[in-house]
Amino acid sequence: MFTRAKSRLMMFLATLALVIPLILSACTAEPETTTVTATTTATTTVKQLAGTVTTSGSTTVQPVSERLAEAFMAIYPKVNVVVQGGGSSVGIKAATDGTVDIGASSRELKTAEKPGLVETVIAWDGIAIIAHPSQSIGNLTKQQIIDIFSGKITNWKEVGGADKKITVVSREEGSGTRGAFEELVLTSANKMVATAILQSSNGAIKTTVAGDPAAIAYLSCGYIDATVKVVNVDGVAGTVANVKNGTYKIIRPLLYVTKGEPAGLGKEFIDFCLSDAGQQIVAEDYITIK
Amino acid sequence: MLACAASSVVVLAAIAFFIFIQGLPTFQQVGIFDFLFGTEWRPTQGSFGILAMIFGSTVVTFGALLLAIPLGIACAILLAEVAPPRVRLFLRPAVELLVGIPSVVYGLVGMVLIVPAVRQIGGSGFSIIAACLVLMAMVLPTIISISDDSIRAVPRAYKEGALALGCTRWQTISRVLLPSARSGIIASIVLGMGRAVGETMAMIMVIGNSIAFPKSPLDPARTLTGNIAVEINYASGTHASALFATGIVLLVFIIILNTITTVTLRRGIHKYAEHLT
Repeated sequence: MFTRAKSRLMMFLATLALVIPLILSACTAEPETTTVTATTTATTTVKQLAGTVTTSGSTTVQPVSERLAEAFMAIYPKVNVVVQGGGSSVGIKAATDGTVDIGASSRELKTAEKPGLVETVIAWDGIAIIAHPSQSIGNLTKQQIIDIFSGKITNWKEVGGADKKITVVSREEGSGTRGAFEELVLTSANKMVATAILQSSNGAIKTTVAGDPAAIAYLSCGYIDATVKVVNVDGVAGTVANVKNGTYKIIRPLLYVTKGEPAGLGKEFIDFCLSDAGQQIVAEDYITIK
Repeated sequence: MLACAASSVVVLAAIAFFIFIQGLPTFQQVGIFDFLFGTEWRPTQGSFGILAMIFGSTVVTFGALLLAIPLGIACAILLAEVAPPRVRLFLRPAVELLVGIPSVVYGLVGMVLIVPAVRQIGGSGFSIIAACLVLMAMVLPTIISISDDSIRAVPRAYKEGALALGCTRWQTISRVLLPSARSGIIASIVLGMGRAVGETMAMIMVIGNSIAFPKSPLDPARTLTGNIAVEINYASGTHASALFATGIVLLVFIIILNTITTVTLRRGIHKYAEHLT
């Protein structure tokens, strides 16, 4: 009798241990601290997670999110991490509405967006200034960059280059990269010049600049390759190395935002992103948080 | 059959209703006048003026049609009347194939060939001219194939009668065949225009999508469709609503444009026909 009761109890506990994370993952949106501790104890003892984590948002964060998700799912085969794009604003809105567990943003949250959301920085990204490979100008001051992107300087000869009209290439309004660039470089005192050519993805920006000898644009460090030339800002090139050693200043955080403190599976995933294994994946394209 | 027809009307009504609901807040907040005639579009900073895009769409559409109509009709005449059957056998499928090429491919070719070519003239190459050229290539096959069909549909007796009365070949074509085929030719132009106004992807790729009011054909511009497609991915709140409002404007814009073209073209050709008699 005793042994049977004991085995029943064991069965019950085992089922409980399996079921609890499932239930909790289903209600990740609830910011209750008690549930958070419950999950962690449950998972550390069983080391078995199951369920679905959904994320959407910034297309800059998306590639790294996908790789992180892959690695996470390799460790926990019963977990399904769904990564979607849509853009920073979409990700933030989805997290606020609770339609996804984690929203991804490549810009700081606006004051209006902040209430109820908790931000976790998972990586840093530099925004480099790029030009056509044939461009003779290798360095611009921050003020010159402001003047070029706000339309006060319109010809390369004004900054010491050839007599050629500058083609300003920019992302469209609402883009996280543009938002970060406007905030970090242009500041609210300057508006992006209206005649700028607008392209709606990082790839299109690169292609446009690679094809136009008079072009200038800003681009996430992760996208830079030999088809474009990185122009130094105040003598420092926007490369991953320079962001890491702190000399390059135009940097922005890549954020995961959650409604309330991260909980359940969402927390597990974010914790994984912040762990050494996760940051190693981040380091392939962006700059780790440490 | 009736159910099918009814369902298409229902779908149209549903689309119109949906974008009106989504876009209406913008009209209320910004005001119809400021929205339509404002030249400043900075939706995240509170400026919602789409005049530059209305202008962009109009100029690009008419520019493309101006290039495509003479070329298209000339090509249709060639196919229907002048070309020997063997040439026709080869040309007609080629033209039909052009209709089926996805617009993104036209855009790609435009980006790689036309934009750098226009850059040689001046500016960045992403321009109204480049957009007109790409759009012309996209509209041409529609105009050619429908015009060709309608010219060939003119009863044989008309042509034979004209020739028998001593008309030259050119007189027969310009005075008899073309006026007789006018309704088909008008249809081809209206359809071509529909494709031109609605074209999005190829335009985004070659026009530069700049929000500034274009001052010369070499300047970049933005179309109404492009405005929606470029920004909807990242838009939220009032910005998204303003894009739906752009959709409303686009819908009305197309209805007006279609009506005007159909009416003026009909009238013009009627006058031409009266002039002949």
